[in-house]
Amino acid sequence: MNKITVNFNLNGEPVTADIPVTWTLLRTLRENFELTGAKEGCGVGECGACTVLIDGESVNACLYPIPEIEGKSVLTIEGVAHADGTLDPIQQAFVENNGVQCGYCTSGMIMSAKALLEQNPQPSESDIRSAISGNICRCTGYVQIVESIDMATKTQNVKNPE
Amino acid sequence: MTKHRYVGKSYPRTHETEKVTGKAIYIDDLKLPGMLYGKILYSSYANAKIKRIDTSQAKALPGVRAVLTGEDIPDVRVGFIKDQTVLKKDRVRQFRDEVAAVAAISPDIAQAALDLIEVEYEELPGLFDPFEALKKEAPLVHEVDARGRPMRSNILPLPWQFSAGDIEKARQESAFTVKDRVATTWVNQCCMGPSGCVAEFDTNNNLTLYSQTNVVFGAKQRVADYFAKIGLGGKKIRVRNLVVGGSFGTKLDTDIYEFICIQLALKTRRPVKILFTREEEFKALPPRQPAVFDIEQGCDASGKLTFRHVEAVLDNGAYTSWGATTPSVMMMPISSLYRVPNVFFKATCVYTNNIYAQAMRGYGNPQATFAVETAMDRLAEAAGIDPAEFRYINRNQSNEKTPMNLKITTCGLEECIQAVKAKISWDQKHGRQNGRGVGMASLIHVAGGARVYKSDGHGMRIKVDDEGNVDVISGGTDQGQGSFTVLAQIIAEALGFRPEDISFNIGDTALALWDAGTHASRHTFIAGNAALKACQKVRRQILEMAAKQMPKLIQMAIKRQSRKNPDFQPPDIDFGLFSDPDNLDIQERKVFLKSDPDNPYCSMDASQVLRQGLHVGTGESQTIMAEVFYDPPTEMLDRQFKGNYSMTYAFGTTGVEVEVDKQTGEVTILNMVAAHDVGKAINPTLIKGQIYGAVYTGTGYGLTEEIKLEKGKVMNPNFRDYKILTAKDRIPIEAVIVEKGDADGPYGAKGIGEPGLVPTAPAIANAIYDAIGVRITELPITPEKVLDAIKTKEGDAWCQ
Repeated sequence: MNKITVNFNLNGEPVTADIPVTWTLLRTLRENFELTGAKEGCGVGECGACTVLIDGESVNACLYPIPEIEGKSVLTIEGVAHADGTLDPIQQAFVENNGVQCGYCTSGMIMSAKALLEQNPQPSESDIRSAISGNICRCTGYVQIVESIDMATKTQNVKNPE
Repeated sequence: MTKHRYVGKSYPRTHETEKVTGKAIYIDDLKLPGMLYGKILYSSYANAKIKRIDTSQAKALPGVRAVLTGEDIPDVRVGFIKDQTVLKKDRVRQFRDEVAAVAAISPDIAQAALDLIEVEYEELPGLFDPFEALKKEAPLVHEVDARGRPMRSNILPLPWQFSAGDIEKARQESAFTVKDRVATTWVNQCCMGPSGCVAEFDTNNNLTLYSQTNVVFGAKQRVADYFAKIGLGGKKIRVRNLVVGGSFGTKLDTDIYEFICIQLALKTRRPVKILFTREEEFKALPPRQPAVFDIEQGCDASGKLTFRHVEAVLDNGAYTSWGATTPSVMMMPISSLYRVPNVFFKATCVYTNNIYAQAMRGYGNPQATFAVETAMDRLAEAAGIDPAEFRYINRNQSNEKTPMNLKITTCGLEECIQAVKAKISWDQKHGRQNGRGVGMASLIHVAGGARVYKSDGHGMRIKVDDEGNVDVISGGTDQGQGSFTVLAQIIAEALGFRPEDISFNIGDTALALWDAGTHASRHTFIAGNAALKACQKVRRQILEMAAKQMPKLIQMAIKRQSRKNPDFQPPDIDFGLFSDPDNLDIQERKVFLKSDPDNPYCSMDASQVLRQGLHVGTGESQTIMAEVFYDPPTEMLDRQFKGNYSMTYAFGTTGVEVEVDKQTGEVTILNMVAAHDVGKAINPTLIKGQIYGAVYTGTGYGLTEEIKLEKGKVMNPNFRDYKILTAKDRIPIEAVIVEKGDADGPYGAKGIGEPGLVPTAPAIANAIYDAIGVRITELPITPEKVLDAIKTKEGDAWCQ
């Protein structure tokens, strides 16, 4: 199979890999790098379970052609917690407020929330709902996910007062 | 009231931190050495004869390890009433019929191989409407039944019929009667995690099946039954769960893809994984079936219900899974939601060439409650009684026996109706028909197990090691509801340990004792009771060990102190108190003397006791562990479909305020209150999560969701066209928790997994009627249907 060499930054580390040119970023992450936190819930960009951040923007990795990753920075759910294992405030809030049930959508939800909070540290409920509108969840009715993200903005602001 | 340390608290889901760091392993993520990937070829027709299958090109494709058709595997029937085979050989009866399967070294190659399989069909006319299928002249979907006897109609051999009292007499004595026909539609469970499994045989043909089932022992039995028929009788079967991405009914039955995976693994002698795509989730999983209800109810002049007569026709699709048993649950609201002395219910499940049906969250209850609760509103109107008042008049109460012989021990329905009325400002808002309206609906559901098998029990093993770690081995499963957290709270409370001391090993038939399955909203109640029973034993063992070991440990501590400090004054301790374990207590994993709880010498971490007492020497070493089995004293339904099949029942009421745009037909939910009698909330935050999630699915059921079938083919196999709700569809939900405590539940708890979904759609339908005076009797209530109904109503008004 025709392969391409890609160089990019993955969760803070520079990586180089030879990847079949037809692969998506999701498949590359899951199969080449064995980072299985991003999930394939639909494969057509409808459910958001595969959401990762590329240069800070949330993206459906299942639609992202691998050649386009060259030179970019990718953050996956595996890179969200601190190096010592301490959870990010968003992750912590999901644990505390039942923002996670079956957990299949959770990686994508947290990544969408991460992108939102990096651009808008004090989002309104409607900002939060817009930010996760591409992430489908069947368990929670979104209520406690929205609450969790809101909780995270509060703890985040306490930790990093402006 | 007893003060609890952990029960009743919103303890966080720290047992599942893996789910927020991307480290939780789902079936998608499991990779075994040498594993192959299986794919399934489905039928191209809803009804056809298979004339020829040519797999030669597929077999020749490099990387393909096996191609199977019905000719290659034993012709054995599987399923709830054994009405299908694993791979279909001569005939297909639905679009999802599995015709061939491939195992290859990659999913891409497996898919490419499927494309190379040639199948020649001879198309036959199909039956897609159950009422057509009921006609005498209708062709038969199945010519013979499981035993090879000729079928005489398309009606399933499951005679669901229930009656109590005298309907005819009650009808004559009624002051008001109302007749209705309502219909519900096909909906998909939409688990976020796609279906899949991995099958692996060892050298001796013993099988390990990594399955997503929420009934691990049921799955094991079904595979054992299959093994017996394919010459593998007596081989060992181990069914294991990984983290499961939702179930909602899809994982009750062992699906055909699992048998196919087993056959591919057997053929290739390699582990094989089958993982569904989202399109397969919609096309090749059994959804909730549609049902048409003819319902008639009556009441006397004071508004008391006199009778309820219901006949239902269920589109079963081409084969039979648990979907066909949902009438056993439909019977519950039909016979027992509100006090109604005379009841008749008959359900006919009909074979068609549609995709076959399964149960979904609520198990028939949402369909039946849609019929009952919309009919309640119509009867209230006929009787000139406010619908909330009408429900109140007929409410169930504690300590009553229903016509189905359900024993209602505790009932919070009254509180739920009142809470909804108050919170939705019912009296101010109802009956104005100004484009805004309020509606309500209630529910009854099993909440203390559901005896569908001979045993409705749960076996639990709890062991404690010398570090004070508690390992719980349970045959239950978790589909996302948070069982680990709730059980950890119950066990910590009962044992006097802390939730963080407790670890779980669940869903593995090789380790666990039998469990009837994590279904029917039963897990907290049944596994919780088993946990209490086990904890009682384990706690006693620890206290007995402490009684023996603590005097030694205390004396050792005193000696150490004396050696360090010659002036040390040894404390005055009455060692005689330790001779009786009842004088000791455990809290927060500390063992202490009840009479002297603050004495530091008489209080120590349980791990100290355990280290001292577990590994002592020949003849003295011991274990701290308990194995228990809890099986509630309930009854299976008898031949008349009567019997108290659950230890307790859940009640709840949902109230909705809607606004209907008369120009577009769009329905907006302005407010929703879901009040539930949960007995006791072990974890209020988790309970709310169950209610919110169920209400959302119920709202989708009411307003948007539908599998569109065209001549048996799924036309909208994706989330967008299926119209699943997203976070942008904001529904303001308030969950009201009513706690009356149930003497039989663990710390008073009842089940809550399914109830939230059940009354949502009828509450919305009733609110729409209150808003604009039109009644939509078919789910989902789309803007098109609302507009049509408005036009018809205005047209009628014009004509008058």
